[in-house]
Amino acid sequence: MSIAAETENRSVPIKLTVNDVAHAATVEPRTLLVYFLRDDLGLTGTHVGCDTSQCGACTIHLNGRAVKSCTILAVQASGADITTIEGLARAGTLHPVQEGFREKHGVQCGYCTPGMIMSAAALLQMNPSPTDAEIKHALEGNLCRCTGYVNIVESIRWAAGQVNHEQR
Amino acid sequence: MFPANFGYFAARSVEEALALLTKHGDDARLLAGGHSLIPAMKLRLATPKYLIDLGTVPGLRGVRLDGDSLAIGALTVHADVASSDLVRQRVPGLAEAASLIGDVQVRNRGTIGGSVAHNDPAADFPVILLALDASFVLVSPSGSRTVAAADFFVSFFTTTLAANEVLTEIRVPLPAAGAGTAYAKLGHPASWYVVVSAGVLLTRQASGRCASARIAIGGLGAGPYRATATEAALQGQALTPEVIAAAAARAADGTEPDRDIYASAEYKRHVAGVYARKAIEAAVRRAMGEGEGMS
Repeated sequence: MSIAAETENRSVPIKLTVNDVAHAATVEPRTLLVYFLRDDLGLTGTHVGCDTSQCGACTIHLNGRAVKSCTILAVQASGADITTIEGLARAGTLHPVQEGFREKHGVQCGYCTPGMIMSAAALLQMNPSPTDAEIKHALEGNLCRCTGYVNIVESIRWAAGQVNHEQR
Repeated sequence: MFPANFGYFAARSVEEALALLTKHGDDARLLAGGHSLIPAMKLRLATPKYLIDLGTVPGLRGVRLDGDSLAIGALTVHADVASSDLVRQRVPGLAEAASLIGDVQVRNRGTIGGSVAHNDPAADFPVILLALDASFVLVSPSGSRTVAAADFFVSFFTTTLAANEVLTEIRVPLPAAGAGTAYAKLGHPASWYVVVSAGVLLTRQASGRCASARIAIGGLGAGPYRATATEAALQGQALTPEVIAAAAARAADGTEPDRDIYASAEYKRHVAGVYARKAIEAAVRRAMGEGEGMS
């Protein structure tokens, strides 16, 4: 068989782009993407909350889509373009959603915040003028145990207003 | 939490995946989106020695029209089923089911083929696909076969998929003119897994009578089942609210659901009727052409 399968493949080379930086690494296949980002790349802004794909604290963008990095193997992300919370600000300017969380006090303890912001940024990318119902629907995969949802929704509404204002 | 270690193969073709499956047999599991398998591996409920990744196989994603069916690649993620114009316009009940799975992040990663092959009794796709009379293309080293949903789903987490087969495509017959499809779900408020759900394919005659109905119910047992008493009660009848309500009330006939920590058997049987009614009413509205696709 002329297949890659001839080796045991217990130490797998991966290549991926994270926040516009190309990385090459060798990982155990069982390495979860969130631990690769945190432990290997030192990007600890992506949090591990529940570790069971419920809470969304580990949300990142994989090829432009919000996903839960605790439920993806690092090897599955080989070849992907990833953005984490650290890559959202551009040239020292916060992303409008980050500004919104500061402006409207969308942060309480802060643990869920990176995931909330990544989910919200993905929403505004697809739908720049969401209704409150659409904002809440987009946050179904993110839990805030401070229960600070009212200000979180307000922060995202504020960010949408900024995005639309800039585009006018 | 992290899985027990395993050997990883990034398959480059279905043929290569089949060769690996043949070589490693029961020691290997196929990996699609991983949103059922990886959590099970983290809990060490699954400890495969090898994972064969289908995510690296080209050509298994997307929805296309193929004759009088939709052909959906097994690796198509839920979000892409939900947002597909073809699905929304031609089989809105399927788009509805896809849009009600998990949350945004899960829908961006979980695949229709993975959901179908996993056959979790609290999953959404098996229910709507049974109602739609979908079939599954299973490829093995000796060729391929196409298995109807009614024969594919066997029991809890069990299908007729053989150890040396790969599910490559889901085929959904396009509903006839005058047909409506719908899916209604009572999800558990925390996990959003199915407590009870109903999928409907219903054809309405110009006279307003029901020409045929296929109704599948999920959550009450080892997998989706046809609510034959409800179907029979609709057949040939005028689709009035009274007829629909009386028919839907029989959605749990013949079932003996287990009680669990969330719901009693009596409650599950009751809400099966409620959600069957909601789905039948939506299917009838679509059959009448009111917003034929999803808005």
